[in-house]
Amino acid sequence: MKFQDMAELAVRNLREAVLRNSLTTLGVAVGVASLVAMLSLGVGLQQLATNRLNKSGLFDSVFVTSRLNLRGPGRPPATSDTKPPRLLDDDARIEMEHLANVVEVYPQIRFFTEVRFDGKSYASMVAGMPESSRNSGAFDGMQGSFFSATDSDETILQSEFAKELNPQTASLIGKDLVLRYAERQSVPAPAGDPSGLGGFSVVPKEKHLRIIGVVDTEPASGFGGYGNGRVLIPLKVAESLRTAQINDLRDVLRGAETSKPTYASLTVRAKSPDYVEGVESAIKNMGFGAFSLLDASKSLRIFFSVFDLLLGIFGSLALAVATLGIINTLVMAILERRREIGVLKALGAADSDVKQLFFAEAGVMGLLGGFLGVGFGWFISFALNFGTDLYLKRRQLPAVQIAAIPWWLVFSAIAFAVLVSLVAGLYPASRAAKLNPVDALRYE
Amino acid sequence: MSDSQPAVHVDHVSRHYTMGAATIRAVDDVSLTIQSGEFLALLGSSGSGKSTLLNLMAGLDRPSSGSIRVGGGNLNSLSPLDLARYRRNTVGMVFQSFNLLPRMTLEENVELPLRLAEVERGERSARVREALERVRLEKRVGHRPSELSGGEQQRTAIARALVNRPKILFADEPTGNLDSASGEAILSLLREIQTHMAMTIVMVTHERPLADRFADRLATMADGKLVSDLPVASIAGVRP
Repeated sequence: MKFQDMAELAVRNLREAVLRNSLTTLGVAVGVASLVAMLSLGVGLQQLATNRLNKSGLFDSVFVTSRLNLRGPGRPPATSDTKPPRLLDDDARIEMEHLANVVEVYPQIRFFTEVRFDGKSYASMVAGMPESSRNSGAFDGMQGSFFSATDSDETILQSEFAKELNPQTASLIGKDLVLRYAERQSVPAPAGDPSGLGGFSVVPKEKHLRIIGVVDTEPASGFGGYGNGRVLIPLKVAESLRTAQINDLRDVLRGAETSKPTYASLTVRAKSPDYVEGVESAIKNMGFGAFSLLDASKSLRIFFSVFDLLLGIFGSLALAVATLGIINTLVMAILERRREIGVLKALGAADSDVKQLFFAEAGVMGLLGGFLGVGFGWFISFALNFGTDLYLKRRQLPAVQIAAIPWWLVFSAIAFAVLVSLVAGLYPASRAAKLNPVDALRYE
Repeated sequence: MSDSQPAVHVDHVSRHYTMGAATIRAVDDVSLTIQSGEFLALLGSSGSGKSTLLNLMAGLDRPSSGSIRVGGGNLNSLSPLDLARYRRNTVGMVFQSFNLLPRMTLEENVELPLRLAEVERGERSARVREALERVRLEKRVGHRPSELSGGEQQRTAIARALVNRPKILFADEPTGNLDSASGEAILSLLREIQTHMAMTIVMVTHERPLADRFADRLATMADGKLVSDLPVASIAGVRP
């Protein structure tokens, strides 16, 4: 029999016992809905965690140090085939910016210094913030606003420090504070010095900054980065201060060219965690020490794969019960339609025609149940998100999406429902096909 | 009415069933030749084996021994799929209880064998109309079987049996569920089909008077055996 005829007959047969077949289809729909809801939760939580971590920059960053450093993370053991160590200076920074799949290269500028506000003096850690930290999630829900420009003389205070200045932190916004810091100024080699090497002197300076925001959570963006800063300023402003850094003294002692300042470390951000491995090895080939948290990201993916698998298994239990429903419905249909099967065979239906007809009926129930189930699943996932939003709003936390239904889940849930239904139809279909037409026609 | 080429040749056919320790010989060593275009009535009391023999010839069942040749081919050697094709294309079946599918209209019931034979949709309605015209039910196409009389239902079943243009029509007690007038009308119709379509018809019945009037030949069975096989013309006092 042709496919179209088969489908028409199958739908017609299903319409005959409409209540029983609807209930069976509903069973499949509930099974699919439970599977979709469970997996949407798994997918949603994974997306939530991955987005947060990706925003944090932990998994798309490579931490670069000079191998000239005495100590430092990721410093490879000296072997004969490693590239000679290089200075981590502006040339190296530009070279890294031009590597494939690199979006940003920035130094970690942090210095401990004196902050004057309202005539009082405080000691605090100042950190330069790259422009990309705007989207890191760390500044979501902050008081005030992010820096108006990449080089504006503005600061965002970490809330604990802001409370030290004034417990009413909101009133700080718009006010000025002063940084007192040590600027590094190069000094040429004194005349007659046989080494010919210069040094630098440290000159006290001041910088006036306007407070434009207070941030609640500690920005933990970028490991080895601007993590524990309490006075946050735009990175370009931090660089322009030319503050004395901890590696300056080391460079002088090593006898490096002091007219070219070097970085203690640089953070290189790749387009996505997928590119981190390539970027890391490219930087190592340039002669620097490089380190990333890629392994941690892999562990996270493994965790969520197992989590999804478990949710999928629990979700599938309802579908397994629905499968029994399909088998039961079709076996009952064989008993009721025994005579009809006999007539079909007498009129020339082959065993395979009868088998395919029952198969098609199971498939149609699976398809309808699949569509309906995805609809129910979407509703459950919507309710989960809605409930979570309400709960978080009450606690004055930003809204998140904990359940998500991507297109692949929609299509695979429907395909899975059809597949499971066809498997459920295997036994009834082959039983119907094997009926002896003479016996079937005699059946009352 | 008959020509030289036999339509069906039954050669020493037996059909045995085992029920517990007992063996039931439903058909026991029967040989029979039915000529093309012949109208044969298979007579016999209940349990004589006539329906079993009909089912064997119609390809619904297989003999325990012996052979059945139809149009030169041996049904025993056909695969299940080929036997289904034989039922679909070579023979048509009519039953005592009509066996129409109650939820389908007349038109859909008659169309069913065309679906099974994968006849193109464009051709189907003309074939259905032709078959229904032959049984004079072309005005009832949209009705369901329950809306028809017994005679009309049986005529629908005959249209369904004819729609694939078979060579042989097997009818199992076609008048068994009908009153005498309707039964007579059905047999007239079968006779007409035989005449106009040169159809070979094998009919199981226990109504001897009707068989005498409409069939060409009467074969009688008892206890699974063929006990008499005579042309109607040779029987004294029957149909001049």
